[in-house]
Amino acid sequence: MLRWLIGTIALSLMATRALAADPVEIRIGYLGQAAVKSSLSLVDQPAENNGFAGARLAIEDNNTTGKFLNQRFVLDEVKVKDGDDVAKAATDLAARDSFIIADLPADALLKVSDALRDHGTVLLNAGAIDDRLREQDCRANVIHVAPTRTMLADALAQYLVWKQWKRWVLVTGSHDQDKLYADALRRAATRFGAKIVQEKTFEDTGGARRTDSGVTLIQRQMPVFTQQLPTYDVLVAADESEVFADYLPYRTWDPRPVAGSAGLVPTSWDAAHDQWGAIQIQNRFVKLNQRRMTALDMQAWTAARMIGEATSRTNSGDARKVIGFLKGPDFSIAAFKGTRLTLRDWNLQLRQPILLADGRMVVSVSPQEGFLHQVSELDTLGVDRPETKCKLR
Amino acid sequence: MWRQVLLTGMVAWLAAAAPASAYVAYVSNEKGNTVSVIDTSSWTVTKTIKVGQRPRGIEFSRDGKFVMVAVGDDDTIQVIDTKTNEIVDSLPSGPDPELFTQDAAGKTMYVANENDNTVTVIDLEKRARIGDIQVGVEPEGMTISPDGKILINTSETTNMAHFIDTATRQIVANVLVDSRPRFAQFKHDSSELWVSSEIGGTVSIVDPVKHEVTGKITFDIPGLRKEAIQPVGIGMTKDGKTAFIALGPANRVAVVDAVSHKVIKYLLVGQRVWHMDFTPDEKYLLVTNGVSNDVSVIDVAAQKVIKTIQVGELPWGITIAQP
Repeated sequence: MLRWLIGTIALSLMATRALAADPVEIRIGYLGQAAVKSSLSLVDQPAENNGFAGARLAIEDNNTTGKFLNQRFVLDEVKVKDGDDVAKAATDLAARDSFIIADLPADALLKVSDALRDHGTVLLNAGAIDDRLREQDCRANVIHVAPTRTMLADALAQYLVWKQWKRWVLVTGSHDQDKLYADALRRAATRFGAKIVQEKTFEDTGGARRTDSGVTLIQRQMPVFTQQLPTYDVLVAADESEVFADYLPYRTWDPRPVAGSAGLVPTSWDAAHDQWGAIQIQNRFVKLNQRRMTALDMQAWTAARMIGEATSRTNSGDARKVIGFLKGPDFSIAAFKGTRLTLRDWNLQLRQPILLADGRMVVSVSPQEGFLHQVSELDTLGVDRPETKCKLR
Repeated sequence: MWRQVLLTGMVAWLAAAAPASAYVAYVSNEKGNTVSVIDTSSWTVTKTIKVGQRPRGIEFSRDGKFVMVAVGDDDTIQVIDTKTNEIVDSLPSGPDPELFTQDAAGKTMYVANENDNTVTVIDLEKRARIGDIQVGVEPEGMTISPDGKILINTSETTNMAHFIDTATRQIVANVLVDSRPRFAQFKHDSSELWVSSEIGGTVSIVDPVKHEVTGKITFDIPGLRKEAIQPVGIGMTKDGKTAFIALGPANRVAVVDAVSHKVIKYLLVGQRVWHMDFTPDEKYLLVTNGVSNDVSVIDVAAQKVIKTIQVGELPWGITIAQP
C-alpha cells in the first residue's frame, strides 16, 4: 500500500517526488489549561478536552492529506495547572516541537513567548482574546488564531446597527475581563453609530452557580435590576466571568432582547453552524469526540490546520520554511467561514468572519453587508492597521 | 411523448429543423428538496419534482432515460424516470453524496462522499455498490477523462486533485491546487484538466500527463473584493476555445479564452452562481444562482445573459439531456 503510494506521488508545484521511505514527521505541541471553568448554563459547561479535541481532529485531517505527501503529524499535549511553571513547560515542549498551540491566559502567554524568543518556535494563540497581545504587547513569535475582544464587539455592533437597534444599555460585570469587554463594546458603539443610553455594573458578590432554589430568586432579582432604564432597544451584557448575563434573557423589566455575553453572542464558532461546508467538519468532530464542537475547539483546529496547510504548500518538514510561509503574503486557510482567512501582517492576527449565535442557531455572520474597507472587509472587525500599537519584535 | 422523442436521439434533427430548439433541463434545489424541470423552448418550469433531503449533484444517465440526483442528507442517489418525472429507484452511495460522474458507457458511476473521505463505485446496471476508494478530506469534484482511463476527484480540505486509474481503482497521482477545490473538468481533447478552487479564488490548469499545474486563471473584478470571487462550476465548449466559470458570490460568470487562459469578460448573473450546463447545440448555457433562486440563460455566441428563470429554493446543480 505504502510502496505504490511512495512510488507514484507527485507534488506538482514543487515538481519533486517523495522518495524517502519514512514519512517526514511534523510535531505540534499543545499547551492547555487543566482547570475547567464553571459556566452559568450547564449546557455550556466545557468538556475536559475542550480545545484539545479540535486539535486532534485537525491532526487527523492533516494526516489524511499527509499520506499523499509522505508527511505525518503528531500532537504533543501538555496541560498546566495553576501554579505550574508555564515557561518551563513551554521550553520542554519547544525542545521537541517547532510549533506550539497555546490556550493560556494573556500573562502566561507572554511569559511563554518571551521564554521561547530564541528557540525559533512559533506559538499559535488559540485561546486568549486580549487585544493587548496584538497591540502594545505583541510578539513576533505569536500568531493569533483566536479573535480579539474588539473583533467580537465590532461583529455584534455591526449587526445591531444593521438591525436599527442603536440604543444600548450596557451592563458590565465587576471583573477585569468584563471591563475589557465593556471597553471593546463602547469602542464598537462609537465606531458604528450606536448610542449607549445608560451603563450599569453588576457586582459579583460571590455565591454558588448551582442552587436548588435558583430560578425563584433570579426571577425576582433581574427585573428589579433592569427597572427604570431610559428608552432603549437592546440590553448588551459584558460578563466574560459568567456571573449574571445568562440570567437576563426573558427577565428584563422591559421586553428587550439581550446581546453580548448572553442572548445574541458573537463567537468564532457555534455547534449550530452548518453553512459553507461546515456540516462536514461538525460531523467529523462529533464522530471523533462524541460531543459538539466549541469555539475553542475550532480555534485549535484552525491553528493545527494552518500548520498542516503551510507544510503541504512548502512540501517541507523544515520548521523555518513552514513558519516563513505561514507569515508570508501567500498564506491563506479555509475554515468553513465562506471566505479565505489570512493573517494581518502588522500583528499576525487571523482575519475571520464572526458568527452571531443565540445558543440554538446562527443568526447572522459579520462583517455585515455595507461595512466596507479598502483592503478587506474582514478588517472592519477589530483594531485596524492605522490604529495599531503593535511593533513586531 | 414530446419529451420521449427528444430523448431517443432526435435532438440534432429537431435543432436543425426548428429555430427554437427544445431541450429539457433538470435543476436540483438544495433547500427546496425539489428538482425543477425547465423546457428550453419556452424557458419555463414545466414541473417540480419532490425529491429527498438536500439535492445537489444531478446528471442524466448516458441513455437519457433517467436523471440521477444526489440527496446528501438521505445518504443516497435518487433515480428519476424522465418519461414520468417520478422517482423510480435509488442507488447505494456512501454517506452524504454530493457530486458524481459516470463512464462513457454509462455502466459505472463514481460518487464523492463528503463525510467519510471516500469515492464510492457503483455498477449502474446492477445498481449495486462495487467498491470504495480512499481519498483526501471532504471529496467533492468528480470527472472522468475523455478516454475513460482516469477518474479525477478533488478533496476540499486536502486541496488536491486525485488521479485515479479506473482499471485498478488506485490513486496514481495527487496534484496540490489552491484552497477548497470544488469542481474539475477535462478539455474535450484531454490536453488539460481544469480545477476550480473556491476559497483560493483560482482555476488551476493541470497537465494530465505530467500531473503538474502549468498555469492558473485568476480573476479581477473592479469594485469587488477579492474574497467574493469564489470559482465553482466550469463549462467548456467542445471546440476547446471558450470556457465559462461560475464565480459564486461574485454573482458573475467569467468568459475565458480556453487557449490563452485569459478572461474575456464577466457576465452578471444571479446571486451565488454554482453550476452550469450547455444545451446540446451549445447555443445556450444555463447557470444556477443559489441565493436568488433562479437560473440565468446565457447566449453562448453573443456571450450575453438573455433570460432569468425562477426555480425552487437554493438551486445548485443542473443537467441537460444530451442527444
